[in-house]
Amino acid sequence: MRRRRRWWGGGGDEALTAKIVSDLPRQGANRAQTTTMVNAINLAIEEREGKAGDINIEYEGLDDATAQAGQWDAAKCAENAQTAAQDEETIGWIGPFNSGCAAVEIPILNEAGLAMISPANTYTGLTKPTPDESEPDKYYPTGERNYARVIVTDVQQGQAGASFLADEGVETVYILDDRETYGKGVADEFQTAAEDLGIEVIGREGIDGSAPNYRSLMNKVAADDPDAIYFGGIIENNAAQIIKDKVGAGMSNEDVLFIGPDGIFVDELISQGGDSVEGIYTSFGGIPPEELGDTGQEFIDTYEENYDDDVQPYTAYAYEAANVMLDAIERASEEAGGEVPDRQVVVEQVFATQDFDGVLGTWSFDEDGDTSLTELSIQEVEDGQFQLNRVLDVSEFE
Amino acid sequence: MTTGEPAKSRSRALIESIVSSSWSSRIAVALVAVLVVLLAVQAVKEPAQLVIGITNGAIIALVALGYTLVYGIIELINFAHGDNFMIGSFVGLTVLSGTFAGLSFFGAITDDSGTLIKLAGVLIAMAVAMIACGLLGVGIERVAYKPLRNSPRLAVLVTAIGMSFILQNVGLVWKGPAQVPFPELISSANILPTDAVVFRWKDLFVVGVTVPLLVALSYFISSTRQGKAMRAVAQDKEAASMVGINVNRTISITFLLGGILAGASGVMYGLFNGITVFNVGFTQGLYAFTAAVLGGIGNLSGAVVGGFLIGIIGSMADQYIGVRWTAIVIFAVLILVLVFRPTGLLGDRSAMQGGGQ
Repeated sequence: MRRRRRWWGGGGDEALTAKIVSDLPRQGANRAQTTTMVNAINLAIEEREGKAGDINIEYEGLDDATAQAGQWDAAKCAENAQTAAQDEETIGWIGPFNSGCAAVEIPILNEAGLAMISPANTYTGLTKPTPDESEPDKYYPTGERNYARVIVTDVQQGQAGASFLADEGVETVYILDDRETYGKGVADEFQTAAEDLGIEVIGREGIDGSAPNYRSLMNKVAADDPDAIYFGGIIENNAAQIIKDKVGAGMSNEDVLFIGPDGIFVDELISQGGDSVEGIYTSFGGIPPEELGDTGQEFIDTYEENYDDDVQPYTAYAYEAANVMLDAIERASEEAGGEVPDRQVVVEQVFATQDFDGVLGTWSFDEDGDTSLTELSIQEVEDGQFQLNRVLDVSEFE
Repeated sequence: MTTGEPAKSRSRALIESIVSSSWSSRIAVALVAVLVVLLAVQAVKEPAQLVIGITNGAIIALVALGYTLVYGIIELINFAHGDNFMIGSFVGLTVLSGTFAGLSFFGAITDDSGTLIKLAGVLIAMAVAMIACGLLGVGIERVAYKPLRNSPRLAVLVTAIGMSFILQNVGLVWKGPAQVPFPELISSANILPTDAVVFRWKDLFVVGVTVPLLVALSYFISSTRQGKAMRAVAQDKEAASMVGINVNRTISITFLLGGILAGASGVMYGLFNGITVFNVGFTQGLYAFTAAVLGGIGNLSGAVVGGFLIGIIGSMADQYIGVRWTAIVIFAVLILVLVFRPTGLLGDRSAMQGGGQ
């Protein structure tokens, strides 16, 4: 993404420069997706000619993954957050991608008073209370909020998954999770929602994401004969192997439905899983690119004119997060009389975002920094591609 | 390296060791005995898990043999061995794709190819991986371990860890950090007419590769000239060279054998599980190393016993205790065994004598 920095080369008034950073896992199975997200942030800045109001915006895309881990790494997340916290020029943070990473970064950036907008974190406890009573307050040591997100949380995603299974006539479900903040969190939400809808949870296991295979687990699950299997987790934790072994244990995707959250809604899953992922479902805390409204379609066209790769599920969310951040910086700098605003003012302006008319529709942040959007979707893998199965509106669940 | 003693004195030594053992050791052996009985009972109840445990264990056992062979000869834990195994699976994958370094040699062998082509593909991939990994093993020994042969043991150990990281990063550059799929060349259909026990073609494939390799290795060590030379070097390097054995060549051949096993098991792992990843050598290597220690490092039969035990304990723990406890159960068993027998289950027999005496 560094070669696309031409936009800030010119500009005489050097004094008014501020920096925003993004923090995404740029290595591992989500690489293709996070590359489009960085592109989308660059696109948002380019469309404003590198400026928010009169402030020149500098952008740096950080990587919170390590090659050794092949996915996000808690130490790298903390390191990135500390670097940004100490860099006085940085006034906005877009990211992270993984909720577990957010749990590490939010407290650091909260102390630094830096505004954060995540395009992809769905773990409920980051902003809203959960059965763990220390959440969400433990993430905000200063007591002030600085973190917002443009995607709906796992409460809704769990409900969407459960209501989809209920619609499909599922009576019993076996739940697996990958023991991470996000994976376990979304599986918990799903479990609550499923029990509310009268689906019997006949088993729950936490898996080891680096196990060579899950044949004995799937053999055991098959003996319990569930109608469906839910996997709360991310693709990096061996999701494709789980599905392969599920099908291998005689549970075809027609007889025993398989559904996972947005963490496995990645094209890479299909290339890894091959035939065995045909017919599985994924929920997504938003709607896929092709279902976005007119503004969304315009964004996709512009994106595809400028970049060689195709938009991914989270590309539009990164673009939206960048635009919300740039708008907030613009308003904050107006408030500061055209000067580079303080971090604190940017945070206030992010939370003041109301009726934002963007690629995702028109929406606002609530006082916890959660979006007012309510549409989620269920995807099915058909003919080797994720196809939209249905759109669910969670406001109908409550 | 101790020399093997006649069976009679060994059994007497065993009784003596029990008499002189502490209470903690006796409790440990009682626990292990209970565990073995439980495993046997559960295996009868859940034959499907037994099959899974055996096939998983077979792959672990093949890798464990590589650790134990090298340890038997030069008393080095060759940490790079697990990563050699990973390279083996990548080599196999590359052969099956038919394309190397941008040159396309033949069309990729996929799920849709004919049976004969699939069979040929599997055999060629396996052969190429065995050769490549064998040579890689020898190369690593020449470059990294041989110059340090007379240095403190710790130096070689750290070098081995370094080689492991180098290979892991080679894999990372080669195939990237995400899991890569293997083509489904071997059918997952059940061979047996009954549904009660599932024994798939894949399981047959694992058994069909592991058993001949074990038999061949055992024959090589116990009955060939070179095998005898290996046993001699294992017992006493200096004495072996005095009677005219080429010690350097013997050590090279040991690494060659270890590499060949790593290559075969790497391809087998990929075809069996359908997915491989650059750090698979670390996770599989850890279990294989555990198996080697459990069985008694340096002892060939011990590595095989340890591999199968870990495979079966793992699948039984998945079934009865819960997946999240499996690793804990395996290492708890390891600790229990080591408390009672610090040399491992079959550890009193020396390195290369495992198959023979």
